[in-house]
This record gives sequence, structure tokens and C-alpha cells, in this order.
Amino acid sequence: MYTQSFSVPDGSEEAKSSGLKAVTKALSPQDAALQAQFDARIDADGRIEPREWMPEAYRKTLVRQISQHAHSEIVGMLPEANWISRAPSLKRKAILIAKVQDEGGHGLYLYSAAETLGTSRDQMLDGLHTGKAKYSSIFNYPTLNWADVGVVGWLVDGAAIMNQVPLCRCSYGPYARAMVRVCKEESFHQRQGFEALLVMMQGTAEQKAMVQDAVNRWWWKCLAMFGPPDADSPNSAQGMRWGIKRISNDDLRQKFVDATVPQAKVMGVTLPDPDLKWNEARQQHDYGQIDWDEFWATVNGNGPCNKERLGARVKAWNDGAWVREAAMAHAKKQQQRQMKEAA
Amino acid sequence: MNAPIDYLLHLADNALILGQRNAEWCGHGHILEEDIALANNSLDLIGQARMLYQRAAELQGGDATEDTLAYFRDVPDFRNYTLCELPHMPLMSATAQGDRDFAITIVRNFLYSSLMVLVWDQLQNSKDVQLAAIAAKSLKEVRYHLRHSRDWLVRMGDGTTESHDRAQIAVDQLLSYTQEFWTNSPQEASALSNGTGIDMASLQTDWNQIVDAALQESTLQRPAAGGFVTTGKQGIHSEHLGFVLAEMQSLARAHPQATW
Repeated sequence: MYTQSFSVPDGSEEAKSSGLKAVTKALSPQDAALQAQFDARIDADGRIEPREWMPEAYRKTLVRQISQHAHSEIVGMLPEANWISRAPSLKRKAILIAKVQDEGGHGLYLYSAAETLGTSRDQMLDGLHTGKAKYSSIFNYPTLNWADVGVVGWLVDGAAIMNQVPLCRCSYGPYARAMVRVCKEESFHQRQGFEALLVMMQGTAEQKAMVQDAVNRWWWKCLAMFGPPDADSPNSAQGMRWGIKRISNDDLRQKFVDATVPQAKVMGVTLPDPDLKWNEARQQHDYGQIDWDEFWATVNGNGPCNKERLGARVKAWNDGAWVREAAMAHAKKQQQRQMKEAA
Repeated sequence: MNAPIDYLLHLADNALILGQRNAEWCGHGHILEEDIALANNSLDLIGQARMLYQRAAELQGGDATEDTLAYFRDVPDFRNYTLCELPHMPLMSATAQGDRDFAITIVRNFLYSSLMVLVWDQLQNSKDVQLAAIAAKSLKEVRYHLRHSRDWLVRMGDGTTESHDRAQIAVDQLLSYTQEFWTNSPQEASALSNGTGIDMASLQTDWNQIVDAALQESTLQRPAAGGFVTTGKQGIHSEHLGFVLAEMQSLARAHPQATW
């Protein structure tokens, strides 16, 4: 589903990458030639493919970003799955199951894309389960009423699409191609989320109140999904240089606000920001201050559901060990039988 | 010719309740591929339930819809097999806590889909042409469910000692619930008599063959038949269904005037 528009340093790498910087080694003539070739490809807006040479830091950044994105897809199944059993009509239940199933599929594409960079799914999952690898902060918020499911579709997926459409032109080919497929399915979910809310806003007073309550709780969290302000986002420049990041955090956030305000009007909900208003001079909306302390607390493990989300993933993995072992043992037996037959 | 409403509800309730159960794995599977597979299975079942409820609602007339049938009937009105409502854990009282056990889930899906490949195949010839069309669509889906659950049954039975033991416990505990398949109920009798239903007893030999071949390949033992014969399809359920419905219907019932 969704990635943060910036790659958050994972626990294990942080010390190495942002601590004492090693003295940069001079490139050998051969590496310098490869680096020049790589830079030229990026400058020409070309794609980098798995077997090609790439700077080690580019590879690492992509592994971190794509795996965070993949983890976000699978952790993101939990807040929505929370409502599958209670979906209020069979149609909405079916839509929700299909959506969560798609998210699982997106996770698979993304793990595959990351594996082309030389990591393994087991390694990536180990990072998630030990808390070293991050996932999108947005999934650490609880789904408290049925309208949350629609709001996650409309606003969270809406923010994700803003982030992901530029990633369809990302310089790393496998990631860009995964994003094309993901965006197609995602925009479908986003419309379904909007439609579910629209129906509720035409319904009873309780239904309308549910929608407004959900919008109030999710609005600011969605704005934070675009990452820290450009001024506080030192890694962005490198991401831009590498053709991984195409549009800055603040520009994406502005695009999202400008696209969403008229949708809220159509729906008949208010957005919980007294400072939100059209700026005639800028031809864009002004909006209020995001609570970055709260955002960073959540990214760093202290949001309302961080422990529950990770706890559920770790439990599923540990409880399922015997099933994975059975599958491996059976596959091995089958292989041995086939070898015996062939002999 | 129209199928009896009660008979359509029996088929629909089976699909809905088992679909509800399979969706409980969403986000909690042992590997991402299985979260997707069980969600897929659940989605197919909910789809089947919707088509069957829509047909039942059409015959019932009045204000009936797929949702009034799913959300505003109580435990004694549900006609699903008791097998479909059991939780994903070795047998225990409904208020007891237990972990999800993939072996229970898979064995249940296997036993049910082994039956439904036969049922849907025959119902393609139902004199209720709408039911026949639903059967033709459902048959394609249930063949996939059977392949999925059978593959896992073999992997578990012929896997490790632990997986073998867990699969054997699941077979031992769940097989007696299948006796209900072969008992006669009033709705099945009336569907059979007007040519819209099928003779369930005639499927038993084929079902046994499917089950025995899979158990043999899995190196699992078939327990002796016997024990209590459940009566879910007659509306007398286990203690588990009440909790399934309490959760499933809670939001719809809290807002009976709402459309979603």
C-alpha cells in the first residue's frame, strides 16, 4: 500500500551511516569509469537493472526503502483486517477482503524487487521482527470505527498514491515496475474508500458522525506520511540525485492537501485544521503545523499500536514455524523420492 | 422451478460462516503467501454466499436482501454445518482461549471442499436454473480450494513429526463433524423432491474416496466413524456460532436503519 516518502534509517545501519563518517576511499580507475557510466544513465533518466553496477550506497538505500515499503504493506494489513469480521454489509466485507489481499500481493512484489538487490526475504523479515527495520508510521494508529476503513482508503491510500506515482519513474527498474502495478490497484482502493464514506455521509446522523470522527483522527497523520519538512530532510538531495526521489516531501504534501480539500467538500466533512484556507497569491492551500514530535515518537516505536502491530507479526511468524518446517521437510522428501526414482 | 428458501440458506450459511472463519487468518498466517491464499478462499466463499442470499431474498420477497439474511437472523435460523463454525483450534469450549492452529483450518477446508466439489458439480443440473448457474461458478472456485487444502494436508501429514501429529489431531477431531453431511434435513428433502436439490447420500462413496486417497498420501490415519452427530443444518449449533454472529452482526445491528 504505502510508503513514507522518505526512507527512515533503520536501527542497525544508523550508527554506520550517520555516525563517524569513514574517510571516503578514492575510486579505482575502473570504479570511477563505472560511476561515471552510472551517473550518465541517471542523468539521461535511464533505468538501472539488477545485474548492473551501482554504487554501494545506492544499493543500500534502495534495500532499506523497498523493504520498508514491503513491511508497510504487510503491517498495513492489520488495521484494516481488524474490521473484516465486523464489516456492516456483505458487499463492504468482500471489498475489504479483496483490498487486504491486494496488499499482501503488493508486499510480495516489493520483497521480490528488494531481493534483486541481493538481500533475502528472510533477512528482511528478520529486520522487521527484531524491530531494526521500519514500516510506515501510519499503521501504528488504531482503527476505531467502521469509517476508519473508508478513511484509510481515501486519505491514507490517497497519500500513498501521491508518494508512489513519482516512484513509477524511479531510477531502479524493478522498483519502478512494481510501483506501476501497485498504483493501478491502489487507485481503485482509494476510490472505493471514498465511495464508502460518501454513502455513509448520505446516511444516518450516527454514520456521519463516524466519518467525521475518523477524518479528525487520521488527517494529520496522513500529512505526516510525506515525511519531515524539506528543510529537515537532509537525505532528500541524495535521493533526488539518484533519481529515487522525484518530488520533495513538502511539494507532495501540498499536492495532497490541494487535491483533498475539494474531495472533503464533496463528501461534506470538515478537515480538522483551523489554519487551512485557500491562498490566492500562491494558488495553493495554506495549512497548519504538523506535530512532528508525535510523528517521530511513533516512528521510533512509541505510537499507540507499535507494540501490538509488531507483536502480531512476530507471533504469526513464531506460531507458524512448524508449518514452514513441515513444508520444507515435505519438499525434501519429495525430492529424495524423485531422485530415487530417477536412479 | 425454485429451490426451497431454506435450502438456499443452508448453502449460503455454510459459505458465509466458513468465509468469516477463513478471513480471521488475515495478517496472521505463517507466510505471506498463505495470508493471501486464505483471504482469497474467504473472498470466494463470501461471493458464493452473496449469490445464494440474493436468490433466497428474491424468492422470499418483501424487504429481504442479502444483508437482512446475513445480519438479521439469529443462531437458530442459521443452517450451516456445525463444522463451518468451529474456531481454528483444537476442540474446546467457546469461551476458552487458544491459538490459531493451521492444521485445524486446513483439515476443515479440506473436508468441506471435498464435499462441495461433488455438491456443486451435481447442482449444476438443478431445476432451479439460477442455483445451477451459481453452482457452475462455485465449482471452479471450490476445485481451487480443494487443491490448496489437500496440498497442505499432504505437506503437514508427510512433513515433520510435529506437523504430522497436529494434522492427525485435526483429522481425529473434525471427522466426526462430517457425519452431518449424510443425515437428512427437511430442507434437503424438499429440495430433492422438487428436483432443485441433490441426494446427499449418493455422494458419500465419492467423498470417501477423495478423503481416503488424501489421508493415505498424507500418511494419516482415518479414525473410526461415530461419536455425536452434529445438527447445524437444522439450526441446532455448537456454542461457537453465537460468538461468530455476535461479532459479525454487531455493527449492522447497532444501526439497523443504515445503508452502507
